[in-house]
Amino acid sequence: MEFFKLITKRILQVIPLLVVVSMISFFIIRLAPIDPLAELRLNPSISEETLQKEIKRLNLDKPIIIQYLSWGKSFIKGDLGYTSSGEKVSVKLKERIPNTLLLTFIVIFLTWSVGIPLGILSAIKKETAFDRLLTVLSSVGMAIPSFFFAILMLMFAVKTGWFPVGGLTSYNYNDMTVWGKFIDLIKHLVLPVIVLFSISLSGLQRQMRANMLEVLDSDYVKFARAKGLSEFKVIFKHALRNAVNPMITLLGFEFAGLLSGAALTEYVFQYPGLGRLILEAVMKSDINLVMASLMMGTIMLVLGNLIADILLMLTDPRTRGVNKEGTGC
Amino acid sequence: MEILKKIWNDKFSRIALIILIALYTVILFADFIAPYSSMYSNRDLAYAPPSTIYTINEKGKLSLPYTYNYIREYDPNLMQTVFKQDRSKKYFIKILPKAEKYKFLGIIPTHRHLFGVDKGGEIHLLGTDINGRDVFSRLLFGGRISMTVGFLALLIVFPIGLLYGGISGYLGGIVDVLMMRFAEAVMAIPSFYLLIILAAILPSGMTSVQRFALIVVILALIGWAGFARVVRGMVLSIKQEDFVQAEKIMGASKMRIILRHILPQTTSYVIIAMTLSVPSYILAESGLSFLGLGIQQPDASWGNMLKEAQEFTNILYRPWLLTPGGLIFIAVLSFNLLGDTIRDILDPKSEVRR
Repeated sequence: MEFFKLITKRILQVIPLLVVVSMISFFIIRLAPIDPLAELRLNPSISEETLQKEIKRLNLDKPIIIQYLSWGKSFIKGDLGYTSSGEKVSVKLKERIPNTLLLTFIVIFLTWSVGIPLGILSAIKKETAFDRLLTVLSSVGMAIPSFFFAILMLMFAVKTGWFPVGGLTSYNYNDMTVWGKFIDLIKHLVLPVIVLFSISLSGLQRQMRANMLEVLDSDYVKFARAKGLSEFKVIFKHALRNAVNPMITLLGFEFAGLLSGAALTEYVFQYPGLGRLILEAVMKSDINLVMASLMMGTIMLVLGNLIADILLMLTDPRTRGVNKEGTGC
Repeated sequence: MEILKKIWNDKFSRIALIILIALYTVILFADFIAPYSSMYSNRDLAYAPPSTIYTINEKGKLSLPYTYNYIREYDPNLMQTVFKQDRSKKYFIKILPKAEKYKFLGIIPTHRHLFGVDKGGEIHLLGTDINGRDVFSRLLFGGRISMTVGFLALLIVFPIGLLYGGISGYLGGIVDVLMMRFAEAVMAIPSFYLLIILAAILPSGMTSVQRFALIVVILALIGWAGFARVVRGMVLSIKQEDFVQAEKIMGASKMRIILRHILPQTTSYVIIAMTLSVPSYILAESGLSFLGLGIQQPDASWGNMLKEAQEFTNILYRPWLLTPGGLIFIAVLSFNLLGDTIRDILDPKSEVRR
């Protein structure tokens, strides 16, 4: 029961956070010297009626506080307004968010299934040639700018012609069989996944190695060894469990990092994700779209952290009983 | 001094330190080392490949280094422009030739550059870009922006973060809760999204100096929250210490205790955070400029130079345009290696992890 109370409390904490975020973003955008309807006004296919409807919906003739409140009201109702080209913002978001989530989940899945074992291995084989090699590789991975790496990958793709460049599907996607569609998707995903994967892998592997080394140095592991347990048992039964816990907190951060990193990668590969959407929106100063995708990005990030926290509560009993000051580290 | 010695003793961080010192020296003397100014452009030589430098002449004998000019021709068979060497005239590479006028270190007006060729010749060590500007020279001038933006942003981040974290942690209670919720909210916005939005709302028509300053401020606006949170955590534990209690009893003001007694205790963390976060600012600036939202043409920065490289024809035929990416990589790598070593030195707990 206690456990559910904690989780509910944690979930409820998210709400004020989102309110503050929306206020920050709203005021930044509204205080900017940009006419939110400039593009709509210039677009001949937008009727005067729609324009007036937007002005009314956004309360542009009223003070900014009222504008914010009315924006908040329609946001909660799910009405996100129209983009500058006249489409519904919510439709646009529905189209892009799954793509970004797909990319992010694949990358997180791959990094965890490769990074954790590699981190453990390099901690066990500390200061061998293998460990050194991994350290060097991870330094390289952490230093290479995602967009530069993406360009190098593009170069590779263009030279070899093995991978299609740009987008998520080929032009004849709709004519393909189910299997063909699947292959086509994979082919388009390979390059962005490689870029994001190798960048986040480095950080994860390093962190896991550091955690593992710290745990291996602790008293209870020394005790387990002194008891005469086999090295295998010491590592997998005693050390590993404690070394993985901090990584779960990291999962939330990783999600955040991926959302940001993905924006540049999506841009280079012309991948139709949330990051590129917000970029396009920013370039066109499409206020409704910017505001909505910023909120969506934030919600995704906050949910990521929330899930990580709940997972941590499930795996680490220490985070349950104590107050919130004690969680996290 | 002890720290410097330890850094020097570590093989990787020594190399990193040397590379960084070399990079900063080169960009400091960029006007002198670069054969051209960052605005010099030769429209006839757009996308010219790097000049080949010969040290053995056509008779097979050793010669002073020389190069040939490129001439642009249209090849009807290939349907594209090609660059051919104009073998009719050799241009010997000269040390300290007279060329464009500039102010050495911003003070001494002079014509001398480190190297160059005779009048009429062109030397482009790393080729030219779309406007026929010398990539090598622009790399040096771009480095001035890319390599300093991080430090300048830190100059803003640290005072804000220290003060914010210090006040929040020391006062506690409702003030702490409110201040931390605000910081968390800033952190909850995906940082790169916030970055591009802030950059996009910058009014156009600013001078390049104004734009640079505002980019620095924007980078700082993204970075302070995380830093403030960690400082607050440290302050929470420091304020329990006896010397703080003693100071309180002696009647020192809250601001005095925070500024004079608590914050100085966080120095080692500040040093670590500084070296560790410089690379992220370098990456953020180059990312922004890469998207066209940061430093604008005609000013050079490594990010906006790389923007050109992503066009397909450039990727295939003009690999020299990728060099800024390589430099960003080297700079970030060096900062990371140095940061790791400094963290290990200042944080004895990390002894275990080495």
